[in-house]
Amino acid sequence: MMMKKNILNLLQENARISANEIAARVGVDEATVEEIIKELEQSNIIKGYKAILNEEALDDNSTRALIEVKVTPQRDGGFDRAAKRICRFPEVTDCYLVSGDYDLRLEVKGRSLQEIASFVSGKLATIDGVISTATVFLLKKYKESGKILDDEEEYERLKVSP
Amino acid sequence: MKDLKSPRKIRTADHINNLPKSGIREFFELVIGCDDVISLGVGEPDFVTPWTIRESAIYSLERGHTSYTSNKGLLSLRKEVCKYVSEDYGVQYDAENECLITVGVSEALDLAMRAVIDPGDEVIYCEPCFVSYAAEIAMAHGVPVAIENHEGNEFSLDIEVLKSKITPKTKALLLNFPCNPTGATLSMQQMEDIAEIAIENDIIVITDEIYTELTYEERLNSIASLPGMKERTIFLHGFSKAFAMTGFRIGYACGPEDLIDAMNKIHQYMIMCASINAQEAAIEALKNGRQAMEKMRDEYRERRNLIVKGFNDIGLTCLKPKGSFYVFPNITSTGLTSAEFARRLLEEEKVAVVPGDAFGACGEGYVRACYAASASHIMEALQKTGDFVRRLKQK
Repeated sequence: MMMKKNILNLLQENARISANEIAARVGVDEATVEEIIKELEQSNIIKGYKAILNEEALDDNSTRALIEVKVTPQRDGGFDRAAKRICRFPEVTDCYLVSGDYDLRLEVKGRSLQEIASFVSGKLATIDGVISTATVFLLKKYKESGKILDDEEEYERLKVSP
Repeated sequence: MKDLKSPRKIRTADHINNLPKSGIREFFELVIGCDDVISLGVGEPDFVTPWTIRESAIYSLERGHTSYTSNKGLLSLRKEVCKYVSEDYGVQYDAENECLITVGVSEALDLAMRAVIDPGDEVIYCEPCFVSYAAEIAMAHGVPVAIENHEGNEFSLDIEVLKSKITPKTKALLLNFPCNPTGATLSMQQMEDIAEIAIENDIIVITDEIYTELTYEERLNSIASLPGMKERTIFLHGFSKAFAMTGFRIGYACGPEDLIDAMNKIHQYMIMCASINAQEAAIEALKNGRQAMEKMRDEYRERRNLIVKGFNDIGLTCLKPKGSFYVFPNITSTGLTSAEFARRLLEEEKVAVVPGDAFGACGEGYVRACYAASASHIMEALQKTGDFVRRLKQK
């Protein structure tokens, strides 16, 4: 279990790390590492791999928004049924059930502000059980998944010291 | 017009003239002139100081804490230090009288030497070691007596050799475990043997514990915690390595009141006190820095596995160090001296390691590589070192 956890930590830090490097770092052979990763993938603990982008540096005009959604819970289904329906929209990149004044917190990605607005009014708000929505547009990303995007610049450090 | 006398030819002090030049310095000059170097040559963490510690240094400035502190350092820091040393090293010190905050452990080492050495006193120390030890002893007008530690003994201390070095002039024994540059540590049996010898011969033990947090196997208490040892041990430590705070220059010494008093006397005339902002950052390190410290240690442990395997795969035999963040691979199979190896590796592959003889004559035949560098950095350096060694062996 400890070994699995070590490997997951390394992958979470850098999903592109080679099996060879993982093997050397945790002190087992490469074949074992590959086997464990395969097992983690098959048992759905690793759901996928993705890159963290600094979108501002790309010429990408995508827009992101956080949406707070109030939902009437349903008999037998609770919030799950509404949440699952909402998750099916490709615009929704993240969806959480949360404590507090509202129930679901979504992160939504669209090509423009208008696209997100029409998703909210045309699709999201009309779903059965959705009582209200509040949309917050994201202006700038500073940190994602533990990575600070514009981290401190390098400064002159010694190359050799005692 | 009066004749102007030209200054005498040699006007610097003899004991300074006689100090050997630091081998690391020469190599440093070589590296300076070389661009895009992948360096395994540093002696400090590649991590930036954990944010919570940096933030408290900033807060310290914001609140306008820009004054001197008491010579011994902020009492609140000394209390935290003594609590930490008690919990983690198994020895109790009184924050008022038995603890002194210094500008890095380097200052504490200098103070310890000057406080205990009379001219001609012998101080035993182990080589290979941190470059300052012999010089510190000599600058305090003492006589450095080296014990040479060898690969066959995993670079640890040989008790019989220690016994053979003791004379009526032996004043102190300087211990540096975990060791820079070899990563060697002491076992409990060795510490007990050393303690027995120190008590029998009335020797002061100065233990430099700067790398102790970076111990990857069983972590033992300090030798100062053994019966009869607290009263004859100066415990030196600091924040540079474990908390990645080298630039803060903050260290400390704990020991019996008479020794700390003598060290403080020198410290007050020479330094006055350590920087208040660094002291306040150090308080935060001890209060809330443990998790970050342990995370860095775990990272070093993995990189150690990576680099040890890498050197052995290349054909440079390399022991797995039990502590610190250095490996000391054996390069004799290449037929080069340490200095040639390091120079040519730098020139041909732009990889910097430190020649082993910089840490004492018995370090010849080895180089020091620091694994406080990112894993990708280490892998690239290993690959290039591998290419270099293969080329050498083909010829």
